[in-house]
Amino acid sequence: MEHKNAHNHIVGYGTYIFVWLTLVTLTALTVTAASFDLGNFSIVIALGIASIKGLLVLLVFMHLKFDDRIFRIFTFVAFLTLTIFLVLTFSDYLFTR
Amino acid sequence: MNQVAEVTAHSHIHRDDVGAKIGMWLFLFTELILFGGMFLAYAVYRFSYRDYFALASKELDVFIGLINTLVLLTSSLTMAMSITALRKGSKKLSLVFLGSTIFFALLFLVNKYFEWSAKFHHGLFPGSNELLSLSRGEIIYFGLYYVMTGLHALHVIVGFVILAFMFVFVVKGKVNQDYYIMLENSGLYWHLVDIIWIFLFPLFYLIH
Repeated sequence: MEHKNAHNHIVGYGTYIFVWLTLVTLTALTVTAASFDLGNFSIVIALGIASIKGLLVLLVFMHLKFDDRIFRIFTFVAFLTLTIFLVLTFSDYLFTR
Repeated sequence: MNQVAEVTAHSHIHRDDVGAKIGMWLFLFTELILFGGMFLAYAVYRFSYRDYFALASKELDVFIGLINTLVLLTSSLTMAMSITALRKGSKKLSLVFLGSTIFFALLFLVNKYFEWSAKFHHGLFPGSNELLSLSRGEIIYFGLYYVMTGLHALHVIVGFVILAFMFVFVVKGKVNQDYYIMLENSGLYWHLVDIIWIFLFPLFYLIH
């Protein structure tokens, strides 16, 4: 029964508008942060903000937060796989030059 | 009660909405790996040619990039609201939101056209003498820029076509309050395009 409810959940307009406002604010933040020279730290901030924005889109706009758990598990595994690809290959490049 | 109604309504139709959605997600994961490979190439070259990437990125117009970011974020909002409207039974409102999404997709492409035209005008396009006279790091930056934003723009075009079909389906009632999985899956595709741009924007436009 609970499962059925989760699938039938209709997300309200308010939630979407709130998320959109957050995304716009984070965009303003990343542009502002880029105007300062923070050295190596600026890429960390840029990717950090982008990741938060991506997560918001995944969870709310793409309904992962409201869908069956299997979708969250699938997506987590997919991103984990991508991360392993990226980290292993990049570190291989770093240490074998 | 609700559940009974649903079961009887579905009993004569052969369909599996959850299965369709899982299929869509699996496809999106392949897209993730496709772009992921490019992001990896970007990471390696940015590491090797740090200063040249910063230099080359000054050629990009942050303002256009910012406008396109806002356009895509807003299109994701209208996309999500279009599904909510349809599920709440308001076909008209759903079409208004879906139409807005299609309009924003077009707006993104128009911006992209002007952005690229300006680059081409300055002789900065793949294989041009102007570009080849630059340093290796800058050539690689522009190579990645054109391939990654180009592949992304291709996805926007595909998304535009898919959403145009969805618009027709909603008008005709083929996609409706009870059967909206096609619209939902199209939305998932559209949001993925948005997520890719969320990463492309800081990586190409906002470098020091």
